[in-house]
Amino acid sequence: MNGEKPHIEIQGLNVWYNDEQALINITSEIPKHKITAVIGPSGCGKTTLLKCLNRLHEEVDGIRVAGGVLLNGVNIYSQEVDVTEVRTKVGMLAPKPFPLPMSIYENVAFGRRIHGLNSVLDKGNGRNLDKYVENYLQTAGLWEEVKGRLSSSASQLSTGQQQRLCLARALAVEPEVLLCDEPTSALDPISAQRIEELLKSLKENTTIVLVTHLLRQARRLADYVIFLWMGELIECGPAYKIFNTPQDERTRAYISGDIG
Amino acid sequence: MKIITPKFEEGIFKSLMLFATASVLITLGLILATIVWRGLPALNFAMLTQTPQGGYYLGEEGGILNAIVGSIFLAGGATFLAIILSLPIALYLQVFLTPSSRKAYWIRLALDVLWGVPSIVFGAFGFIILLWLGVRASLLGGIIALALLELPIMVRGMDEAIGMVPSALKEASYSLGITKYETASKIITYQTAPGLMTAVLLAFGRGIGDAAAVLFTAGYTDRLPDSLFRPAASLPLAVFFQLNTPFPAVQERAYASAIVLTAIVLVISILARWLTNRFTAHILH
Amino acid sequence: MSAGITGEELAVLVLKRRKNKNRLARTGMGFLTLLATMLVPLIIAALYIRAMPILEAKPLGELLFSSTWQPMKNAFGFLSFIAGTLWITALAMIISIPPSILTAIYLAEYSPQRIRSVIKSFIDILAGIPSVIFGVWGMLIIVPFIRNFLGPTMDQWLGFLPLFQNNNPTGFSLLAGSLVLAVMVFPIIIALTEEVISAVPQGLREASLTLGATRWQTTRHVVMRRARLGIVAAVMLGFSRAFGETMAVMMVAGNVPLIPRSIFDPVYPLTALIANNYGEMMSIPLYDSALLTGALILLIIVLIFNLLSRLVLVQLLKRE
Repeated sequence: MNGEKPHIEIQGLNVWYNDEQALINITSEIPKHKITAVIGPSGCGKTTLLKCLNRLHEEVDGIRVAGGVLLNGVNIYSQEVDVTEVRTKVGMLAPKPFPLPMSIYENVAFGRRIHGLNSVLDKGNGRNLDKYVENYLQTAGLWEEVKGRLSSSASQLSTGQQQRLCLARALAVEPEVLLCDEPTSALDPISAQRIEELLKSLKENTTIVLVTHLLRQARRLADYVIFLWMGELIECGPAYKIFNTPQDERTRAYISGDIG
Repeated sequence: MKIITPKFEEGIFKSLMLFATASVLITLGLILATIVWRGLPALNFAMLTQTPQGGYYLGEEGGILNAIVGSIFLAGGATFLAIILSLPIALYLQVFLTPSSRKAYWIRLALDVLWGVPSIVFGAFGFIILLWLGVRASLLGGIIALALLELPIMVRGMDEAIGMVPSALKEASYSLGITKYETASKIITYQTAPGLMTAVLLAFGRGIGDAAAVLFTAGYTDRLPDSLFRPAASLPLAVFFQLNTPFPAVQERAYASAIVLTAIVLVISILARWLTNRFTAHILH
Repeated sequence: MSAGITGEELAVLVLKRRKNKNRLARTGMGFLTLLATMLVPLIIAALYIRAMPILEAKPLGELLFSSTWQPMKNAFGFLSFIAGTLWITALAMIISIPPSILTAIYLAEYSPQRIRSVIKSFIDILAGIPSVIFGVWGMLIIVPFIRNFLGPTMDQWLGFLPLFQNNNPTGFSLLAGSLVLAVMVFPIIIALTEEVISAVPQGLREASLTLGATRWQTTRHVVMRRARLGIVAAVMLGFSRAFGETMAVMMVAGNVPLIPRSIFDPVYPLTALIANNYGEMMSIPLYDSALLTGALILLIIVLIFNLLSRLVLVQLLKRE
């Protein structure tokens, strides 16, 4: 790429759902502090690939993973690595916001609490925790709207607000990488735009991997693109190259809207 | 709290969960084992084919045929009566009323409440009805009380089974000009037959195992049921009345009744599950 | 001009007949449905009518709060029976709830798919076991266990607490009844709790896991929290089932009308009272009325619990 060591290296990744192979021999890189967009027609394995980066597949029966994913040079699938540590370093934003069944404050504080940074049973007496919560809500652009009702239930927020809350919540554990799975698909255009702006501002300190089926969104945000087709990696590279001079016929067809 | 790391806590609770699950399963298995332990030796040809000789409470000879046939008549009659009542009700709920109508909600609520009534209350109610009619404890009384007990169970089961019919099917039927009644009685019953059977089986299983409802209403006797207006024996009461006795021969009859009853109920449960599995597979096509 | 009926007229006639049939069926089925919904009020009314003689003869306070029960001497105080029922149900729930919930969590969150379906089938099938069978098990296993081992042992170690004093050498006790009842209630609570927990959306679990939480942290702080109300409803349903249970407890609880001070004391639940004495009901004045009053009290309490747990479930569903 540009000489810098990639944040994540994917090496010969193969994934099977029971007997069907979902990802075939994927090898690629995710550069540090950039937005990498993973694009392709639906069913091509984008989300599967994403979930391999934080080992989320292990929670479901019947999924088999082979190959390696290196985070900062260390294979996250090796025996010595603790899965909760991986997930702390590699956070995730889901397509549909799922606020935890707690107050807005508790949602953001949850990550820190479960890691013992402030005991789970601590009712937020620590000043530090207050400051953290405020900080992340600010980063997610939600502070002004909720500062007066931090103890009210998170489910009362609008969908766009909930997604920003989920973003604040994810950032609160200070991940190095943020995986975004179609983060704006459930949102109205205005909320979607806000999320996009937040992602752009975040990439300075956080590597972002964005799965999206919206080509225009990829064009707006991506620095680097990975194109998947039917479980295989067809092409990857800097965004301007992929969007303007795609090498493979399928890439060209997808980008120009002929297929997909 | 700092010494209890997340991993440690997880370990403790995982062990607790496994222990709890194992305890529950072992206990339930132990119950079946106990029944078999005492009941199996008590079973023989005479036990299953003769009525008690010399009175069920004291007689040393004979078997439990009175209870077996009595139970079959009681539960069979009750289930038959319950089907006649439940099927129209379930069809009415699903076909003539929309699923979201207020009426349907209140009706289902009333039936749910009925479902929760303890069986002894059904027995007491049956008793009151019998007194009012001037009839004594009898096969008919037991059938009525059990039918009332089985009604909410059967309606609920049938309601669920019919509810699985996709509304597209119903709409297709109506748009062909088929009336609601015809749709209900001809098309839906055919489609959901296995599910309806399951509901009937489960209600029957519940009815045959119940003692509190028949206690007041069916009485007990050591004769085979010969008239609707005379008392009838039943397996649960056969167990109950013959268990606490100084005569081992009488006790044997209680154990035999217990294992026969358990076997019947288990077979019905397994049959119902098998039917449900076949039914859901059928619907998915 | 033909004398017969035309094809068209025939078609109209047939249609009319079908429509009439439809209307008739609709009315008939609707009527049956109406009857079914009126059953519970009908039962309450019937019980009340038969209960009236004693309700008019004795003040309600005496019926509910006196513990003197001597029908031959015209004394009808239900207190020991109400207390007996409450004690046995409460203790049964205390014994039953923790293992049931733990098992349900295991089934819903931790067990592999195949084990889960096997265990669920097993529990389902056992839910159909009749009450008398549990009673037999209770008499053969639990009562001797209490009589020969648990009673003397606990009395020895914990006998300084009146709760654990063993003054009853028979083994037929509150504890026996509660243990049997607890086991009977397992399948209901486990099944319903498991359903409620499984209904929690997977996305919520993922949300917690992607923050680096362990499975147990997710279960404990997120899933259980979300399933709270449903679990309460499941427990209430189990409670109402336990409350109305007759045969099994009758066979092991001792049936002595006193207010228990120790778990080893015998108790006489309301259901057992009614079932034991139906034979003599008609021979002693007011006895039948008293027993049916007992049935009425029982029914009302069970109904209240049923309706409450339903309300809770409605609230739960509203939130989804």
